[in-house]
Amino acid sequence: MAAQQTPVAAENGTAEPQSPADPRLIVTRTSPAGLLAAGLRRLRGGELGPVPVIVGLIVIAAVFQSLHGRFLSPQNLSNLTVQVAAVGLMTTGVIMVLLLGEIDLSIGSVAGVSASITAVLAVRYGLPEWVAIAAAVAAGLAIGLLQGTIFAKVGVPAFVVTLAGLLGWQGLQLQLLGGDGTINVSDSGAIAALTQTYFVPAVGWFVAVVAVGSFALSTAFGERRRAAAGLTAKPVGEQLLRTALLAVPVFGAVAVFNQFKGVPLAFLIFVGFVVAFDLMLRKTRYGRMVFAVGGGAEAARRAGINVDLIRISVFGLASMLSALGGVILVSRSFSASLDTAAGEELMMAIAAAVIGGTSLFGGRGNAYSALLGGLVLGAITSGLYLLQMGTPVRYMITAVVLLVAVVLDAVSRRSRKAHARGG
Amino acid sequence: MSTPVLELSGISKRFGAVQALSDVDLRIDAGEVVALLGDNGAGKSTLVKVIAGAHAADGGRILWEGEPVSITRPGDAQRLGIATIYQDLALCDNLDIVANLFLGNEQMRLGTLDEVEMERKARELLDSLSVKIPSLRVPVASLSGGQRQIIAIARALLGEPKVVMLDEPTAALGVAQTAQVLDLIERLRDRGLGVILISHNMADVRAVADRAGVLRLGRNAGDFQVEETSYEEIVAAITGASDNPVARRNERVAASQTGDE
Repeated sequence: MAAQQTPVAAENGTAEPQSPADPRLIVTRTSPAGLLAAGLRRLRGGELGPVPVIVGLIVIAAVFQSLHGRFLSPQNLSNLTVQVAAVGLMTTGVIMVLLLGEIDLSIGSVAGVSASITAVLAVRYGLPEWVAIAAAVAAGLAIGLLQGTIFAKVGVPAFVVTLAGLLGWQGLQLQLLGGDGTINVSDSGAIAALTQTYFVPAVGWFVAVVAVGSFALSTAFGERRRAAAGLTAKPVGEQLLRTALLAVPVFGAVAVFNQFKGVPLAFLIFVGFVVAFDLMLRKTRYGRMVFAVGGGAEAARRAGINVDLIRISVFGLASMLSALGGVILVSRSFSASLDTAAGEELMMAIAAAVIGGTSLFGGRGNAYSALLGGLVLGAITSGLYLLQMGTPVRYMITAVVLLVAVVLDAVSRRSRKAHARGG
Repeated sequence: MSTPVLELSGISKRFGAVQALSDVDLRIDAGEVVALLGDNGAGKSTLVKVIAGAHAADGGRILWEGEPVSITRPGDAQRLGIATIYQDLALCDNLDIVANLFLGNEQMRLGTLDEVEMERKARELLDSLSVKIPSLRVPVASLSGGQRQIIAIARALLGEPKVVMLDEPTAALGVAQTAQVLDLIERLRDRGLGVILISHNMADVRAVADRAGVLRLGRNAGDFQVEETSYEEIVAAITGASDNPVARRNERVAASQTGDE
């Protein structure tokens, strides 16, 4: 029987086991053809998921590799991942804010302040470097909580609050660095270690096995529980396919890293935060509340959610991650200067989030956008650098990629509306 | 007569110079659907908000199962077992049905959301209400108006309330969807819940309500057994056109006041 096209489409891989299936429900058959059909149906319905950005990443890699033979070399790929870590952390934070349907324009300045606090405390005041790092991250948290409170409690639009922050915190950064302009940090301390540390191959393999293994186990146990509760569960074939789709890039990345210096700590920190925030958003009550506030603040408030608290905490987390990004910037250049995070970082962080697939309209997106979007922008930067093309070309290409991503977001939003699958 | 589950007596509420409610009485028994009727500005919404705890009453008594209680915040009403379903803005469009049903009341397991248990309970609840919805994992934005209303009502039932207050549940719904919602209201009554139904639609009221309390200009303007009362009598009470002592007195008193809400 041909599946009828109706407003309510089945979830990928669902089939009603016990109750006679609703005739309106499109039942996905578990054969490869059935899964493919379900996937196409989702694409047409505007649920693009990570498909466009992954396709984009592959295209970008193919183009640059054809133009310059060293693009896909382990050394270049390894450096690329270290380069994306700082802005990637800022992106992870800004995704939280975008999920609320708000914007944080201050993340670049917060990263700059954090960089200058780190350097000033570590060098001028001679504090232990880890204390300086902790203080900078704490300062970022405090800044975010302050901005979030002004937004949530006073009701000033987040755009304006964080625009003030963009100016104000940059001013503080200049003030802190003072006449020196640039403060150099030790190239052998805890700060430098953040981006100079690479793990021996065994550690990389261990991390990969643990990551893929825990994904496979949690999927298997989760689906068993669903089946036991009489709910639709994904068939074993699909579970294996999903695990393989994760295992290939994870083991592939570790293999590439190990051909150069090993898995870089900076990238591991970035990915660690992405995974942690993804789990927080999807698996915890807090994450559910963030999505709820982004999807309908009034409904969330009526459900007993403390909307103000959610908003304040999200701005706090976003600034805290930006501050951590600022520390990574110091680590990479061994210095904090007037220019640290004062330029394109803000734009790139927001662009990466949108390119990765987080909607600007609020309530839709995921933490992995930071990783995917960051890699896209990092690949463009790295590729153009190899081709010895400068910032002008990079800005224009990045603009086109960003525009494509936003157009995709808007079109898929319209398509979802037409297919009645939510804003 | 048994103790009513919720009884309001002498409720008054004023906003600045406007006396929105004065000396209003309302009684709801378990297993009873009470329609709350009145023209625009009659004070229905204010009364709903007083019961739901969104506005505290300035005067009067609220008895819950015979005990005097004070309802000053939405949390107070929820704790007592009063669930309020507003006609709009009650659901998060981006979340799926299960997430909406359990929003603010998520089931947890080992510190994480227990999606399996929530989905199972959601399915159970909707089955018990004879609600047919194909997949519980679609965003609620994809549902029809009637389905959304039903999900909003089902959501309220998870808190095991004793009184359910529905604000214009059938406004903006089609014929079939209205029938679905009315069916659901009857099932709530059969479960022994007290239902307060705020509606402009007299056909709905006559279809499911046992009693109709009419407000006019912030005062009681009649309390009717729906089956024994004609359509005209209720409409007359709402518009104030009937020639009965209650209405005459109300009009006299109302005339001496500046206006209403």
